[in-house]
Amino acid sequence: MSSFSSAVITFPGSNCDRDMAVAIGDVCGGTVHRVWHGDATLPDGLDFIALPGGFSYGDYLRSGAMAARSPVMRAVIEAASRGVTVLGVCNGFQVLTEAGLLPGALMRNAGIRFVCRDVALTVANAHSRFTSLYAEGQRITIPVAHHDGNYFADDATLDRLEGEGLVAFRYAEDVNGSSRAIAGVLNAAGNVLGMMPHPERMVEPAHGGSDGRALFTSVLRGLVSA
Amino acid sequence: MPKATKVRVYVSLKNGVLDPQGRAIHHAIEGLGFSGVQDVRAGRLIELEVDDSVTDAALDEMAARLLANQVIENYRIERVAG
Repeated sequence: MSSFSSAVITFPGSNCDRDMAVAIGDVCGGTVHRVWHGDATLPDGLDFIALPGGFSYGDYLRSGAMAARSPVMRAVIEAASRGVTVLGVCNGFQVLTEAGLLPGALMRNAGIRFVCRDVALTVANAHSRFTSLYAEGQRITIPVAHHDGNYFADDATLDRLEGEGLVAFRYAEDVNGSSRAIAGVLNAAGNVLGMMPHPERMVEPAHGGSDGRALFTSVLRGLVSA
Repeated sequence: MPKATKVRVYVSLKNGVLDPQGRAIHHAIEGLGFSGVQDVRAGRLIELEVDDSVTDAALDEMAARLLANQVIENYRIERVAG
């Protein structure tokens, strides 16, 4: 779809914004807008908004806490409420939880250490607009690189997430102590996904694998067929 | 500048939320040879200097909307006398 229009938000301290923009441009095509955190408005007609990884505002206060209150996030929250597809990866996931767009919180890894390696995931929900080109239960390999990826929510919230199929990805190995091995969660409407692993770092064979590619293709296909 | 009052906002993890940092600190305390410490929880202290126009309600809102993440944390606000 040549008219596919996306935006990658850059916060001070984002460091995966260019990788994200390149991945979206390569896989989805169309126009990838680069948007600064201080912008109060987003380009018109966006199909897809991505919040990249990094260490926005130096992780001051809590990871993602400052970025979640930046001017552009008011526009992202408004776009999400209209049903625009929003992906947050790593720090982007932390920003989405801090902004209240996704339930739960991301705490310091249970093992204290920063974890930076390829990890095995299973696709827990293959019906979402982010995962429709994966198979349910499919095992994929995607890298993680984070210090605060330990997903926490209270038991009632976790039960609801599981009951409503809002867990998108689970770790297939011990990574960071996340509740119920949750690596990625959807909002109730299904248009917002947050995940700690970096699909944008696995979109072509030169990356060492391309298991992340289907996520972007799923987003694109969902918009074409919508 | 109007007279400032010091306000302390104590942010702590809720009961039941695992605290990997507290556990690591606990381990390090034991590594120093201290015994008898049963548990360690790490929190955060944020000090504000505010003038008299800042109401308790406003302080509460600052804490609830930014200083603490109420999914995992509680907060307590204390105005320091003098």
